[in-house]
Amino acid sequence: MSVRIETLVRRAPGPESKVLLDGVSLDVPDGGFVALVGPSGAGKTTLLRSVAGLDAPESGHVVIDGRAVEGLAPRERNVGFVFQNYALFRHMTVAKNIAFGLDVLPRGQRPSKADITARVAELLTLIQLPDLGQAYPERLSGGQRQRVALARALATRPGLLLLDEPFGALDPVVRRTVRAWIRALHDQLKLTTILVTHDQEEALDVADRVVVMQDGRIVQDADPQTLEEEPATPFVMEFLGESLRFEGQISSGQFVPNQAHVGAFDVQSLSDGPAVAMIRPHEVRLHAMREDGAAVRQIGVRYGLIRLSVNLGVRTVEILQPEPTASTFYDCGVQLDIQEARLFRDGKLARAAQEAETGQQHEMVSAI
Amino acid sequence: MKHAHNTTRARAIDPLPGFRFALVSTLLWVGLIVALPLTALVMRPWQEGIGAMTAALQDSRMFAALRVSFVSAFLAALIDVPLGVILAWTLVRARLPGRRVADALIDLPFAIPTAVTGITLATLYGPQGWLGAPLARLGISIAYTATGIVVALMFVGLPFIVRSVEPVLRDLPPDLEEAAGLLGARPWQIVTRVVLPALLPATVTGFGLAFARGIGEYGSVIFIAGNQPFRSEIAPLLIVVRLQEFDYPGATSIAFVLLVVSSLCLAGVAWLRRRVARGLITGAAA
Repeated sequence: MSVRIETLVRRAPGPESKVLLDGVSLDVPDGGFVALVGPSGAGKTTLLRSVAGLDAPESGHVVIDGRAVEGLAPRERNVGFVFQNYALFRHMTVAKNIAFGLDVLPRGQRPSKADITARVAELLTLIQLPDLGQAYPERLSGGQRQRVALARALATRPGLLLLDEPFGALDPVVRRTVRAWIRALHDQLKLTTILVTHDQEEALDVADRVVVMQDGRIVQDADPQTLEEEPATPFVMEFLGESLRFEGQISSGQFVPNQAHVGAFDVQSLSDGPAVAMIRPHEVRLHAMREDGAAVRQIGVRYGLIRLSVNLGVRTVEILQPEPTASTFYDCGVQLDIQEARLFRDGKLARAAQEAETGQQHEMVSAI
Repeated sequence: MKHAHNTTRARAIDPLPGFRFALVSTLLWVGLIVALPLTALVMRPWQEGIGAMTAALQDSRMFAALRVSFVSAFLAALIDVPLGVILAWTLVRARLPGRRVADALIDLPFAIPTAVTGITLATLYGPQGWLGAPLARLGISIAYTATGIVVALMFVGLPFIVRSVEPVLRDLPPDLEEAAGLLGARPWQIVTRVVLPALLPATVTGFGLAFARGIGEYGSVIFIAGNQPFRSEIAPLLIVVRLQEFDYPGATSIAFVLLVVSSLCLAGVAWLRRRVARGLITGAAA
């Protein structure tokens, strides 16, 4: 089931009327897995609820599977929806919860009792909880409730699955498992899925395409790799992970940072003027300096990389370095090499991430 | 040494700070205010001898009065259930003007002296009353009949239902109804399958409170009931009648039966509440 969203506008109720959705357009192809990410208040949940029919936009269109759905009640849209807090019916057993969507069908369309029981059993197996049909949701762990909510949403075989922060209440280990499992399920059942999350890592892990939202607008809509290499704005860069920011000037083909202890680097095809360089901590390289370098101190380890604190005078930055390289800098000062940075000018991307040439590090050390 | 260690450990896992103080004061107050009078009530009937008690227990007027009390209280509480739930629903969900005034009015039956309630209802439903006169023309008489008792008990019982259901309805997450809608439920299916079952334990609690209040209600009933023995005489009134006749075994035996049957009824309500609370309230019987 494809979804097309055309210039949706939605204002918050009340006299201040904050704009929740500011002309949002989005295309989700059949079979796509799209994640909507952004800080709270970005409008991602409002967008999802508009697709489900739980929220009525003021203008714009939602087209599901080629059919405009304005004025259609949620129950007529055939979408599966998983709420952040799962919204399980606590007075019903797990089996009854899962069967709900089938039980409420009009008599003519409702499958027989035996068929419903069989479908519930099938879904319980799918969510790997075959023995918990008679349990009440209260007895389940967070991860189990989450899977029951998903089974309930899938019982009527919707083509479109909408997930509103479905992993928010889970602990990190369970979260990673469930995430992988949902992706597998999406592929297995050939679903079209829209996931809302404020966790960028989650979005990059699970989705084909990530839509970054800010203040009711879509800032960038791209696959994870493009987002990483060519973030459209500094906001996207910052939102998608830890980043370091260096102001500077471009003059005669070189980016010259305003910051001391940070090396200049060549940039072709950019006119002179101010610019901002942004880089991930693990992309920074260090050059040992014989004199007047910035002091380096180890502060921890992450993902097998050494976390270093570099004192640049006016501020301290934290970077990640592989272990053998890291230890060589403790005794001498360093200069930061940020030539892999993306460059922004006037809030927009001016140069994408660059693959650093290998072996350059040593060359430069000897040059100094 | 070991003993000392154990006491410190016990103290460390004490779930309630000031447990001893709480326990002593609880026992003291429950003892003085509830258990002591009830014990006296249970003891008193037997003081005149077993014979007097058995004689008193064979009084058919007493059983008629008890029947009137329990049946009226039950019917009134039962009729109050839909009324109270709808009222609570309106107060919570509908954004009507004057909602706050209505909200304040709900509690008034608690505050008005019950005799005032009784006289007001008797006047209203009497043969010349605003409601009584048109109803009389239709052949329906409410005042001075058993129906009048039910009307009076509905009035005093209604706030219990509303106040039990209202907070639960207010706290009901909106996403439950949204989820049901997305799963294909029509509005009436959402109400009957999702909302009402969630409200059921609170409704049963409110029913139990209204029912208990109805059994014991005296002031509002005697003015509207007509108080004919065997037909519209309630048990609390018969106790007063017996006291005025200086028939203490008769009065206390009615009170004793009232106590026993009320306890059984309330135990039944508690059992029902646990049953309907499955999955809804932590620790409810599964």
